[in-house]
Amino acid sequence: MTDASTPVPPKSSLYATSDRVKRRNRSETRFRAYGFAAITVGVLALILLVISIVSNGASAFRQTYITIPVELTEARLDPAGNRDPAEMARVTTFGYAPLLAQALQQHLQGQGISMEGVTPRDLMAMISQEAPAQVRALVLANPEIVGQTVTMEMLAGGRIDGYFKGRVTLESAERDSNVSPAQLLLAERMAEAGLIETRFNWAFITGPDASDQRPEAAGLGIAILGSFYMMIVVLVLALPIGVAASIYLEEFAPQNRFTDAIEVNISNLAAVPSIVFGILGLAIFINFAGLPQSAPIVGGLVLTLMTLPTIIIATRASLRAVPPSIRDAALGLGASKMQSVFHHVLPLAAPGILTGTIIGLAQALGETAPLLLIGMVAFVREFPDAPPEGFFDPTSALPVQVYNWTQRSDPAFVERASGATIVLLVFLLFMNAMAVILRRRFERRW
Amino acid sequence: MNDMRLVERAVDDKELKIAADGVDVFYGDTHAIKAVDVNILDKTVTAFIGPSGCGKSTFLRCLNRMNDTIDVCRVTGNILLDGEDIYHPKVDPVQLRAKVGMVFQKPNPFPKSIYDNVSYGPRIHGLARNKSELDEIVEKSLRRAALWDEVKDRLTAPGTGLSGGQQQRLCIARAVATSPEVLLMDEPCSALDPIATAQVEELIDELRERFSVVIVTHSMQQAARVSQKTAFFHLGELVEFGDTSQIFTNPKDPRTESYITGRIG
Repeated sequence: MTDASTPVPPKSSLYATSDRVKRRNRSETRFRAYGFAAITVGVLALILLVISIVSNGASAFRQTYITIPVELTEARLDPAGNRDPAEMARVTTFGYAPLLAQALQQHLQGQGISMEGVTPRDLMAMISQEAPAQVRALVLANPEIVGQTVTMEMLAGGRIDGYFKGRVTLESAERDSNVSPAQLLLAERMAEAGLIETRFNWAFITGPDASDQRPEAAGLGIAILGSFYMMIVVLVLALPIGVAASIYLEEFAPQNRFTDAIEVNISNLAAVPSIVFGILGLAIFINFAGLPQSAPIVGGLVLTLMTLPTIIIATRASLRAVPPSIRDAALGLGASKMQSVFHHVLPLAAPGILTGTIIGLAQALGETAPLLLIGMVAFVREFPDAPPEGFFDPTSALPVQVYNWTQRSDPAFVERASGATIVLLVFLLFMNAMAVILRRRFERRW
Repeated sequence: MNDMRLVERAVDDKELKIAADGVDVFYGDTHAIKAVDVNILDKTVTAFIGPSGCGKSTFLRCLNRMNDTIDVCRVTGNILLDGEDIYHPKVDPVQLRAKVGMVFQKPNPFPKSIYDNVSYGPRIHGLARNKSELDEIVEKSLRRAALWDEVKDRLTAPGTGLSGGQQQRLCIARAVATSPEVLLMDEPCSALDPIATAQVEELIDELRERFSVVIVTHSMQQAARVSQKTAFFHLGELVEFGDTSQIFTNPKDPRTESYITGRIG
């Protein structure tokens, strides 16, 4: 400090915060506030989303049923009188509808419930159009019940169902050509008499889709099965191919331009819009290979192509995360390259691979666009067979079913679509939980 | 100064195990090892010393062809193990590494049980016909590594749960279990505390009765304590190779003298 040209720094106290430090602290506080705000916005958006979906969709899991005794008149259902299902099948649902109308009318009169302002035609409209079909299926399956009086539980019409769920009110019925306030009041009286009941709706989860006019009968069964079949195809194809490709690229392949190009292309494929994979699937699997449309096998193949990059990237990352010292240890003991990979590296990378695979599957489960192109948006009423034949039967898929229902005109499909979204979210949550559990279980420290 | 390099050819009753002749190693364009000649004797501890980056570890890894795993690494020259060229195209490195075992700088037990760690080598090389033979090999190897008494009651416990010194001795037991003829050790004590270091050094001295041991070390005291032969590497060259006592008391090359007296490195 003897050199005069060196400025002597003023003596500073530790108790006084310097301007520089103050500025630094302020900017840190600001940054924390930004981060906190970002998280808050994200959490609020999530809460809003869940609330809106659940409030719209929870009612899809409940359904209104009308329970009345129905006399299955032989003269109408089995004119030949020989109980031969083949001949009885000639009586269509139009033959059954009047039976139900009659039964309902008689039962109401018997119970002393007034049908004030409701014509017999209006009365029939309170029962779902699905009901005659249900009764017909029951009769054809058990021909011996013809001639007996059977207590039947039938779906109520969509508007009646909506009334008990609060979607339809007396005011809205005034403006609605499909339902009159008199019908709703009658439904109210029937509910008091215990003829109408709203309860949990298994058919929503297990039943097939229904047409535009009968939202009350629409179910997710085929869509769930279709999605499940596709996930099987994706898992069986994408996991071995993806893991084998990653092991080769990461552990065995020489580092040259060719493998670099492959690497870049895999990363790019992960970002390709999914609809492009749909066009590819349409061109190759359906038009060229001649596989059936709307089939889970084609959907599964397309989703496999889409999931492969995700799985490969995740697998390579987890292979790379295994410390090289483990490979050295194995090689130093005289293990071959393959032994070192399969005995030591792969088990350590397994949690990461599983997580990547499940996240890839979850992504595939929610994918809609490519499935639209390969015809999975079709209206399917027939359940597919058990695998492997079932892979070639037409089905729907969960996200496509949501898309499908949101396009239908009847307001009752709004709750169905939201309900389907809840089912889809539950599946996704389940898969993510699996990923976490598997990760915890297989994770080993070194 | 190259003309001053003298390779010690002391007459010894021990047999020649590994003969390296004119070995050059290239990492891409970098010439990492320059014309190194070393003779490693059987049942002897040979120490490689030298400043960081001088190529002693690289040269050690040539002896069991661990450098093969690095794409850009190229080795020329001859390395003979019992008179056979280990870089001969017919030689499978996997077979070579069963004969030339290796212990690494950082203890790297497999994340498996102690038993599985030791039995892995014998298993893949088919050294045991049945479980009891395997048990025997495991016990013998752990005893040789002076670890048996500490772990005999918890052979199924994970090897990664041991202390650092125990882990390194486990790695030595693992390497010994395959009955190698040469044991390469790459700074085996650099991650250990002085007590564990002393245990490992004692162990190395015992191992000398059965194996030829080559050890890379940063500690000159360690080289002086455990080795009979010492090689001093500097900037990829083998500067001096000779009896440990001679290197440390009467170095012939001025660079060796500077290094062991602490002026370079």
